[in-house]
Amino acid sequence: MIEPFYELFLSRYNYWMAIILMLIGLYALIAKQNLVKKIIGLNIFQTAIFLFYISFAEVRGGTAPIYTAEGVHALYVNPLPHVLILTAIVVGVSVTAVALSLIVRIYEEYGVLDEDELMLAVRKR
Amino acid sequence: MTIINHVPVLLVAIPIIASLLILAAGWYDRRFCYPIALITILSQFVASIAILLQVLDGGTIHYHLGNWAPPLGIELVIDSFNGFILVAILLLAAATIIYARRSVEKEIAPDKIVSFYVLFQLLVTGLVGMTITGDIFNLYVFLEISSIAAYTLIASSRKPHSYVASFNYLILGSIAAGFILLGIGNLYVATGTLNMAELAVMLPASYHLATIHSAFLFLMIGFSIKVAFFPLHLWLPDAYAESPSAVTVLISTVMAKVSVYALFRILFTVFTTAYIIDSFPVTGFILLMSTVAIVAGAVLAIAQEDLKRMLAYSSVSQIGYIMFALGVANEIALEGGLLHILGHAVMKGCLFMVAGMIIYRMGTSRLSDMKGLSKTMPISCAAFALAGASMIGIPPTIGFMSKYYLVLGAFEAGLWPYAAVLLIGSLLAAIYIWRFIEIAYFGDPHGADHNEEQTQTAEREGPLSMLAPMVGLAILCLLFGIFVEVLMQAVGPAALLLLGGA
Repeated sequence: MIEPFYELFLSRYNYWMAIILMLIGLYALIAKQNLVKKIIGLNIFQTAIFLFYISFAEVRGGTAPIYTAEGVHALYVNPLPHVLILTAIVVGVSVTAVALSLIVRIYEEYGVLDEDELMLAVRKR
Repeated sequence: MTIINHVPVLLVAIPIIASLLILAAGWYDRRFCYPIALITILSQFVASIAILLQVLDGGTIHYHLGNWAPPLGIELVIDSFNGFILVAILLLAAATIIYARRSVEKEIAPDKIVSFYVLFQLLVTGLVGMTITGDIFNLYVFLEISSIAAYTLIASSRKPHSYVASFNYLILGSIAAGFILLGIGNLYVATGTLNMAELAVMLPASYHLATIHSAFLFLMIGFSIKVAFFPLHLWLPDAYAESPSAVTVLISTVMAKVSVYALFRILFTVFTTAYIIDSFPVTGFILLMSTVAIVAGAVLAIAQEDLKRMLAYSSVSQIGYIMFALGVANEIALEGGLLHILGHAVMKGCLFMVAGMIIYRMGTSRLSDMKGLSKTMPISCAAFALAGASMIGIPPTIGFMSKYYLVLGAFEAGLWPYAAVLLIGSLLAAIYIWRFIEIAYFGDPHGADHNEEQTQTAEREGPLSMLAPMVGLAILCLLFGIFVEVLMQAVGPAALLLLGGA
């Protein structure tokens, strides 16, 4: 009874966490009316992907990928996903910056942050 | 090593430096920005032709960045497929930058012109990078460079609606990029490599894994949003219709085509036909959706009142044609699809340039304001008619040749009903192109809802620097159609390469 449950959920809890976070982010992106909240959702979504990358890079009992006395025989954590995610974080920050500046402009022009009201305001012009 | 061996990396590196140069020059004097962008893009175009000739002559070029060999380092790969795409997109980028100068002066606030050219340059750089990279994560990074530049460029118009259009595109584009990133992660988990060629070698061993299936679906959906494949096209009409004319030309031709390229590259050379036809049969579904896209896009285009919006929906329909080639996945259809990538870029570029010209002269893109336009802007209307004929697929234009190959490919695969849909799509295209022709050539400028001021501002053609690239592209529609054999020398090997031969 507990064994398949353990196999499916507990032993891979990191992936489940990533999936749950991703769905929360997607939900906020799609369902939230406030534009800023949408961007928060986008950030949660992106963070979930980062978490996914970082957690699959983990090697149990591995050390930091630095050349130690043991030489190449030491058990290292895979450093590549970390490097990739460093890039992806930078990308995420830039997207957030562009999105927030767009929201500022939208607010200056239309005076609303709510998506439905914004659509009404756009149609009125 | 001589400089010629380093051309692949210079294609990406020089424009990045140039974009910084534009920024620096902009501080000193705004007038320096345009020449730098012009020279960079034109020299990129010349270099891309040199590279394509080199590839057709001596086979695929592999360039190892920083001299690190592939599994460790990133490599740039140029084969007959992306060499062809590279020339096509840089041709369009060169035409757009020539066209952009006067159009931008009119449509963009003077203090934003410096950042406009910086972003324009970065967008082209990102797209060139996406085209020539051989590393799948590198593809993602270039995709994001081009996307962020595109979001900002769309919002650079003076119309406040463009902010909303850009925001909606940003949301969908970021979801797409997130999916692509997840797909890449799954591929990496399954194989431990990010190099495309190595992925293609290692993937067949794990075609049965759920990890690969989910990676495939994430990548497929992500890129489908990027290419605006129906029904994931919702960002496209606003983004095309609200952005400045020059930006519309660039994103509708160059950016859309590079996204299509990336999809082809991943489906055919990373996953190979063995996966998308046998292990995870998805081509039938793509075929079905592409026919829906062809018809729905065209019907929506007919319903539009705004010229740019009509052309935007027409893009949704034409993307359907290219995806149709992907769904049929035999050699003739792929040749048709690749021809259509170039052909659609050329004709849609020309059509959007005409729309931009009309906006430049009249300040409007409403179809009902264009009655009798052919009398005041005869050259623009003639260019529209020629490119429109190509869009419909009237011989001997490029549009006819690509659709001819697509239909032949569908026949060869025994897909008769689908071939019929292609013809229906052409008929619908004839309707929406004809709407403009009828209004422009046979509309009475002194009709009931005639607006005095607007016809006065449209008393003549636009400036030569806008006219020349537009007419050039219209003539190319015709020339490419007549001398299609020249193109087939590049397209033929490219289609074979996609199917795993050559």
